[in-house]
Amino acid sequence: MALFILRRLGIMILTALCLTFIVFFLTNLYPNLEKLAKTQGNQRMSDEQVEVWLANRGYDRNLFVKYGEWLGVLPGYVIEGNDGVVRGRCFPQGGSPEDAPTFCGVLQGDWGWSTRFREPVQDIVFKRLGLTGWLMLAVMCVMVPGALIIGVLAGMREGSKLDRSLSTFSIITTATPEYVSGVIFIAVFASSTVGLKWFKGTATSAMEDITWENFTLPVLTIALYGMGYIARMTRASMAEVMTAQYIRTARLKGVSFPNIVLKHALRNALIAPFTVIMLQFPWLLNGVVIVETLFNYKGFGWTLVEAAGNNDIELLLGVSVVSVFVVLITQLISDIGYVYLNPRIRVS
Amino acid sequence: MEPLTWTGILGPVLNPLLIAAAVVFGISVLLQIVLSFVTTSPVIQGPTMAAPRSLSDYVGWATAASFALIVLVCLAYLVGGLVIPGLEAKGILGAMSQRLWPVWLSLVVVFALSLQFKRRLGLYGKLFDSTIGMIGFGLVMFWVFTGIYAAMDLILTHDPLTQVSGMKNKLPGTPLSGAEEGDYPYYLLGGDNLARDVFSRMVAGAWEVIKIAPFATVFAFMVGITLGLPAAYYGGKLDTFLSFLANLILAFPVILLFYLLVTPEIVATGIPVYMAAVLFIFPIVFFVVLFNSRFHTQPQKRLIYIGITLVVGLWLYAGIAWNADPFGIIAFPPNLLVVFVSVVFVNSPTVFRIVRGLALDIKTRDYVAAAQTRGEGPWYIMLWEILPNARGPLIVDFCLRIGYTTILLGTLGFFGLGLSPESPDWGSTINEGRKLLSIYLHPALPPALALLSLVLGLNLLADGLREESLRD
Repeated sequence: MALFILRRLGIMILTALCLTFIVFFLTNLYPNLEKLAKTQGNQRMSDEQVEVWLANRGYDRNLFVKYGEWLGVLPGYVIEGNDGVVRGRCFPQGGSPEDAPTFCGVLQGDWGWSTRFREPVQDIVFKRLGLTGWLMLAVMCVMVPGALIIGVLAGMREGSKLDRSLSTFSIITTATPEYVSGVIFIAVFASSTVGLKWFKGTATSAMEDITWENFTLPVLTIALYGMGYIARMTRASMAEVMTAQYIRTARLKGVSFPNIVLKHALRNALIAPFTVIMLQFPWLLNGVVIVETLFNYKGFGWTLVEAAGNNDIELLLGVSVVSVFVVLITQLISDIGYVYLNPRIRVS
Repeated sequence: MEPLTWTGILGPVLNPLLIAAAVVFGISVLLQIVLSFVTTSPVIQGPTMAAPRSLSDYVGWATAASFALIVLVCLAYLVGGLVIPGLEAKGILGAMSQRLWPVWLSLVVVFALSLQFKRRLGLYGKLFDSTIGMIGFGLVMFWVFTGIYAAMDLILTHDPLTQVSGMKNKLPGTPLSGAEEGDYPYYLLGGDNLARDVFSRMVAGAWEVIKIAPFATVFAFMVGITLGLPAAYYGGKLDTFLSFLANLILAFPVILLFYLLVTPEIVATGIPVYMAAVLFIFPIVFFVVLFNSRFHTQPQKRLIYIGITLVVGLWLYAGIAWNADPFGIIAFPPNLLVVFVSVVFVNSPTVFRIVRGLALDIKTRDYVAAAQTRGEGPWYIMLWEILPNARGPLIVDFCLRIGYTTILLGTLGFFGLGLSPESPDWGSTINEGRKLLSIYLHPALPPALALLSLVLGLNLLADGLREESLRD
């Protein structure tokens, strides 16, 4: 088991290195750097001025060197620009250059400087991640129990009317992407002209104070899309378990139906959905980006959009490191959890 | 001129009926769900089993009857639109139904022919045995025909890009201001915040989806199959490497990838062209290997098939990927290409994993061993023994994946990536409409519902196909 986890961790780190390098490569392409120079400096810079701007800030060097600096395995640059100013990657903002460390990368805990928000990247990422954490927590609290109940109810009597209506519901929710359901929810529940006006159409105020009114719609929007998929998986797994021999034995013994479902079937039926729920995290991340943009909730997804829209290289790298680790860790947890839940499966 | 009402002269008669039916339907469905927990067990009466009629049976009838009534009333609106003369009398629904007449005609023809010959049509014919599958197929074909006829300019009431002064954010059914002879006199679903016709934009958006989503999915399948089969068949280092690559792409949040790939700056670097050059070579490789492995004992036939594949394939390849068609017929605008490439790129790892999983399972079957004993080559076994036996799950996944691709295209439009800002695709239209959503609902809702119904149709179609292919 320990060897398995170690191997998976090794693959994880390799994946994270590859992914961040791809992001680094794409954001460091010359047209992107030119855009960065123009948004940070002056929109009407000439080509020569752009080149000077980039050279002064060390952007024009070898890609691998820059990546090594970002990682923290190569010493940060110190460049005396042709405007006479000495700039260094590791110079503290507003501090003196003398006591700057030689290395400052992710490995040293320094994630860089966001050119969009003018703040250290780690501060932004963790602050925004906290906000998104609340959203995710609420979504999980709605989605997982809801999906499991729907799936179990539908799967316990396959082909019944209850099964058909719940299955229709779950198909409809999987076919409704967040930007469609969000728009429909706002139209029905929040529109100021014809709607019911139960909830607010934006979640901006939820960043300080989460209330029923401003948080329901975003949570519902994300939860519904994921719910249908988990519910269908649960239903399939439940339906399969209900045809098993031991369920028939229990029925013939005269165990009551609720008892069969709760005591005999449920535990075995929940093994498969567990994996699915863990693997839903990467999808939730997508939903979070859409919903945070739609409801103007300035969390992690909104930061991703801002960083990508402004070619904020180090923030974008920070965001992708976090999201890649979320994805990979959930995969690892789902694998390990699966082994523990299902004793028939052995690693290696 | 007066604005159009939603239902025209049919309204006063049919609307109360529809509302009543909908209320009865809602209540009876709820009742049914509640009652299904309180089941009656069948009692034995003589030699047969029979249950006494219970409340849940009556509720079931009420559900069926009210649902039938709802469907009938909706049909009446649509047929009324075709039959009743005069736009005011038709109402908005009727007028839309009348604009869509080629679609109805095509749907009727397709369904009539398919039902007539369903026993001779294989899996496609079997689809018509399942209600769910038929509903799904109907929804999908509705949008396919709408898209095609929109491209042929049969359905549009106005140009989807033209702005008409005085029509900004006007409600559905508003008469066109300053209408001239030959102009369609109404904005059927109102105007958006740039005073363009919402109905025409929605219909034109169908074409944007129909022309990209299926082809992107086909390409993703070609890439996934061409890489997934050898990965499963040979295993070893190749499998490890390709699986790592697939997992690498899958670990990327899709939206981050889109934001990195689908920008004008990236288009300027030419990276999409190189990606297209790599991804689009796979279909040619696929077909060449397919024919080569089958006909390598018949050089004459092999020459013909591979020759045709290479000539047509490379011609299309030059035109699509490099925009260098020697005859100048095929051209692919760069911003469409980047959308196409990134959608293929995002989809192919998942297809790869599915194909690999299926092939790993089928590889152990006896007929594969038999083929190996016969001395068939590895590619013959992969493409002519394993692949045809994996077709059931692949066809089902193909339908689901077109739906997912549609959602991805909508996501791209929603974030304003790729397609030009005034393009009528559904994602961009939803994105524009959402900004004024709390005041004006009509610009955002039609494309949202259109996208929902297309994806729902594809999901139902996949469900029907899965059911029917599991049956035999």
